[in-house]
Amino acid sequence: MGIFNSRGVKPAHRKHTDNQKAVRLENVASVTIPMRQHIGAPCTPTVKVGDVVAVGQVIGDTEAFMSAPIHASVSGTVSKIAEIRLANGEKVSAVTIKSDGEMRLYEGVEKPQYNSVEEFLKCVRSSGLVGLGGAGFPTHVKLKVPQGKVDTLVINAAECEPYITTDNRECIDNTADVIDGVELVCKVLDIKSAVIGVEDNKPQAINALRTEISNRKSNIVVKALKSKYPQGAEKVLIHSATGRVVPMGGLPMDAGCIVMNVASVAFLARYMRTGKPLVTRTVTVDGSAIANPNNFRVPIGAFMQDVVNAAGGFVKEPKKIILGGPMMGNSVSSLDYVITKTNNALLAFDEKDAKPKKETACIRCGRCVSVCPMKLMPASLEKYQRCGDAEGLENGAVLNCIECGCCSFTCPAGRQLVQSIRLGKTIVRTAQAERKKKEEAKG
Amino acid sequence: MEKLLTVSPSPHTKCGRTTQGIMLDVIIALVPALIASIIYFGLRALLVSVVAVVSCVLFEFLSRKVMKRENTISDLSAVVTGLLLAFNLPSTLPIWMVVLGSLVAIVVVKQLFGGIGQNFVNPAIAARIVLMSSFAAKMTNWVVPNTISTDAQTTATPLKLLAEGKTDELPSLFQLFIGERAGCLGETCAIAIIIGAIYLFVRRVITPLIPLCFIGTVAVFTFIAGDFDVNFMLYHLLSGGLLLGAVFMATDYTTSPMTTWGKVIFAIGCGLITSLIRLFGSLPEGVSFSILFMNILVPHIEKLTKPKSFGEGGAKNG
Ligand code: SF4
Ligand code: SF4
Repeated sequence: MGIFNSRGVKPAHRKHTDNQKAVRLENVASVTIPMRQHIGAPCTPTVKVGDVVAVGQVIGDTEAFMSAPIHASVSGTVSKIAEIRLANGEKVSAVTIKSDGEMRLYEGVEKPQYNSVEEFLKCVRSSGLVGLGGAGFPTHVKLKVPQGKVDTLVINAAECEPYITTDNRECIDNTADVIDGVELVCKVLDIKSAVIGVEDNKPQAINALRTEISNRKSNIVVKALKSKYPQGAEKVLIHSATGRVVPMGGLPMDAGCIVMNVASVAFLARYMRTGKPLVTRTVTVDGSAIANPNNFRVPIGAFMQDVVNAAGGFVKEPKKIILGGPMMGNSVSSLDYVITKTNNALLAFDEKDAKPKKETACIRCGRCVSVCPMKLMPASLEKYQRCGDAEGLENGAVLNCIECGCCSFTCPAGRQLVQSIRLGKTIVRTAQAERKKKEEAKG
Repeated sequence: MEKLLTVSPSPHTKCGRTTQGIMLDVIIALVPALIASIIYFGLRALLVSVVAVVSCVLFEFLSRKVMKRENTISDLSAVVTGLLLAFNLPSTLPIWMVVLGSLVAIVVVKQLFGGIGQNFVNPAIAARIVLMSSFAAKMTNWVVPNTISTDAQTTATPLKLLAEGKTDELPSLFQLFIGERAGCLGETCAIAIIIGAIYLFVRRVITPLIPLCFIGTVAVFTFIAGDFDVNFMLYHLLSGGLLLGAVFMATDYTTSPMTTWGKVIFAIGCGLITSLIRLFGSLPEGVSFSILFMNILVPHIEKLTKPKSFGEGGAKNG
């Protein structure tokens, strides 16, 4: 039914910072670095108040496998260790470092050495790398796959969220790093082929990558994808880049793929060359309330206020501020939040852009159904959620929802479908846990 | 920074379409047929339309007031219902009957079930059927349309003539196409309805799926039943309320399935029942009944055609 369904949506691109090479932001007075910026176990601070630290020095780590260490992003003195709240609502402990303004590199930083896959993965862990596209899955965990299970490395450079241009700039400004990274991962993990997926609204990035690849006579493929949100969602990307379908509830591995964000592979290449861990990240600062939209390379743990100041402050009174993109980012109540490893954007909207759409009754127009990339029926899921129908939710495959927001975006009645679906997931998880308990009690 | 920022769940950007905008598009799409009805049936057609619209909006307003619910007349759906109801009535219908139709459509069918999006049958169709069964004579009191072409006209509808085998009295296909025939005030002018349909497709208010499957099924059925006579088939397609029903009534969001295959099954069902009633039933027309019947089946059809979620069938290697 090709012509009748149009999965995904087309929000205005608003990539105003497309041509803006990231500017380094270094002169921050202090940073507050959360001990958890990834999926998995939080780290424990390995420094105490009063310690002098340098850029790249480990300040938090844990024994847990599903985690990644945290490094100091400025040089200076540890001034405070306390609990803070992240933009996603989580509470974590965080280390505040008063910068000495020198950005002195830690002397322990040296080029990593490895002789086996094991050792390579250890190095990846030490780098502190987690998925930079936004998910924050620890990279060393992602790359640990049973031998022979994966034959394709898919690189996510789709960057389908409006406004954000950091991956685009990574492809253009650090082309060699990107290709180095892809070749490195393929070589070490013995992966046969690699595809880089880029939306076709970034011709400059596509050209840069293709030129670099042909200069090296490499067999990496750059695939221009239709510019359509959520082209960069993992399962959608695998499907458009390789034609493969990840089974419901499964991992990319089950379709023979590993997906890495383009900034992640480029970082990995640099890390393996220099040993400098993940201490900065590129952030697109944009939105109608921002004076000079731009891309910045920000020390991790920098306050939003510092980043906004770097972009010339506000031109209009901000009514809504978002960490991340407009489709999946989190809105925050104030500027008292910090930039973490996974924050790719800071957007500030004026009154007009922040105005919510009025929520009215569902008219059963079916738009949410036809745009859902996961082929769900959001309108029905919302109904089931409202009456607490766990079975209906489960049959409707609510857990398969990737929370891309296409349904809410497109709904003419302004229904907060994703929010209902999130609550619906909790209902199903609770029901499943109860069932399990009962079965265990029986058996 | 002690200013209040809005915190809300993602996504933080929404498309510009609203329920009101969609209803406005439907109203615009109905305008050509409204103009045609005034040309053929005079100011009386306009009067029926205005009364239907005003009374629908008024009933909607009052019932929301009585139920102490937020008022919804600004979503314009009552205007659409009013227009569609009028289009399904003869221009001669006594005004109080028009108002009664509005009452049935808005109060009984729509608001008693919870308002927009909640009714399980199409309000305008249900109202038409109630009026039909209560005032059969008044509901079939046709008038001779004003003619643009020179050929004389009768008060009998083409479907009635077809059913009675009086084929020599039939208007020409061209007359049907431009709407020069007896019938309900909004259903006669094929070209006006087609213009409206194209507008709705272009504005992406509806997809052509339901209209095409509905009309296509009637075409195939009547083509076969009429011993492969193309003329017979065309008379069926251009007569009665088929075009109006397929484009504007069967595509009503609330009372049609949301799934793609559900729409196909729904529309084919409408086409089949329409054909059966027209060819073998005791009534000359079956569009309203077929849509009403299929409306009732929508929840089941939707359940049957729930799409398989992405990856539900396991891994696939492209
Ligand atoms: S898009 Fe909104 S109005 Fe349309 S069916 Fe989905 S929830 Fe209902
Ligand atoms: S239901 Fe989930 S996956 Fe489908 S469009 Fe909505 S948010 Fe995206």
